[in-house]
Amino acid sequence: MGPVRDLIVAAIYDQARQIADQVVRRRGAEHDIDWKIDGIVTSKVFGYPLMLGLLGFIFWLTISGANYPSQLLSNLLFGFQDRLTAVCQWLNVPAWLHGVLVLGLYRGLAWVVSVMLPPMAIFFPLFTFLEDLGYLPRVAFNLDRLFKRAGAHGKQVLTMCMGFGCNAAGVTACRIIESPRERLIAVLTNNFVPCNGRFPLLITMSMVMLGAWAGHANSISAALCVAGAVVLGVLVTLFVSWFLSQTLLKGVPSTFTLELPAYRWPKIGTLLIRSVLDRTLFVLFRAVVVAAPAGALIWILANVHIGESSIIGHLGGRLQGFGHLLGLDGYIILAFLLGLPANELVIPILIMSYLSEGVMLELDSLEALRSLLVANGWTWLTALNMILFSLLHFPCGTTLLTIRKETQSTKWTLLAALLPTGVAIVVCFLVAQVVRLFGLV
Amino acid sequence: MGDPEMTLACLPIGHRAQVVKVGAEGLTRNRLLDLGLVPSTVVEAVRKSPAGDPVAYKIRGAIIALRSEESRLVTVRPLA
Repeated sequence: MGPVRDLIVAAIYDQARQIADQVVRRRGAEHDIDWKIDGIVTSKVFGYPLMLGLLGFIFWLTISGANYPSQLLSNLLFGFQDRLTAVCQWLNVPAWLHGVLVLGLYRGLAWVVSVMLPPMAIFFPLFTFLEDLGYLPRVAFNLDRLFKRAGAHGKQVLTMCMGFGCNAAGVTACRIIESPRERLIAVLTNNFVPCNGRFPLLITMSMVMLGAWAGHANSISAALCVAGAVVLGVLVTLFVSWFLSQTLLKGVPSTFTLELPAYRWPKIGTLLIRSVLDRTLFVLFRAVVVAAPAGALIWILANVHIGESSIIGHLGGRLQGFGHLLGLDGYIILAFLLGLPANELVIPILIMSYLSEGVMLELDSLEALRSLLVANGWTWLTALNMILFSLLHFPCGTTLLTIRKETQSTKWTLLAALLPTGVAIVVCFLVAQVVRLFGLV
Repeated sequence: MGDPEMTLACLPIGHRAQVVKVGAEGLTRNRLLDLGLVPSTVVEAVRKSPAGDPVAYKIRGAIIALRSEESRLVTVRPLA
């Protein structure tokens, strides 16, 4: 059997080569250039710094570039909210219905879209550019050793890159990993890479923390802080991958083959259409089905009063003790729980709870936000643990649904929710206890 | 042709060799054959990853990275 098959495969390849020799013209120079580029991007000296530098550069570009369009979009969308309110008044719509539909559903939707869309529109084209250029497989090549030690596949790094844009997209991307075991590892750990929905929180909290700690914060130090969070996320990914491969998913690593394709200058038009339009529609759709109902529910929780305070107030109070153990507070825990459908909503919900307002809010300036947080007992530890919890906690609803779809298993989906949550709780607890033990806050 | 046979994993960077035998079984064997690693194919070790493993090989015009676990299973005869 074996030798016959070898002969057949050899004959097929021989024929393919003969055809290729007749019809393909080769220019020697192209491979030389590839060889030289690879000599730099996969070298011992430049390989890793170049990777980290590119990562930092893309973050910086996404963070600083998204500011203005985000502002514009939110002005536009929240401006339209006033129109909707005017229409509701004209139609004599009852206050509660206006609340649920406009102040809850529409506002939640506007929020997610204005926060999420601009960074996505910058980030995805940049990454698609690197992908089409042929650089990303080199990253997998450089890092495979690390992933092999963790019992994972080098291609996991590509699914993680995708996760920076959106964890649901990252989970879907895990299909490129052939072996079921390594694929499952990549699916279960993708959430440790912060997605675009969590970046605004990470950035804001970095600014708050640096401002409280070092007295000043600018976009570069905040970017460094976010990059630190990302590196931590990667380390946790490796550790959890290793843990899974040693326990639940024990077995030998699968076969590994990775093509390093020739470098090509990407077609910018197709790239833009593919990355902006496809993802834009995807995000809009996601916002409509997931974030909008969440907005309505949150409005109800904030506006239905039992006794003195709203349902949110009651729930926040209940969670206070648990939150304090983790260096957070009850409202933060509640905001993360209510933010399950979309991570973008966590900070607006939190501000809403602190101000006891009936609608989700954003404050005009970072300074205003900082004074509100400090007035609610925040220290730099709270901001730090907020970053850690956001980085490590359960995946959002869309990602969980995607994991359910990809694994076809409720068991793995549950694990995908519980495992990160466990990690987040343990890490935040330890950090809070250590910081308090040494009297640092 | 009197050169000693060795595994692909032992082939130094920049050297070329001819495949003698693919010793792998199952999924791994299928994948290696799919890549064109059949007997008499000429393979060149192109470069190592910064961490030393995997190693990129030039196989029939394509650059393919293999971990040492796989390349160890391929027997080659070095070419001058």
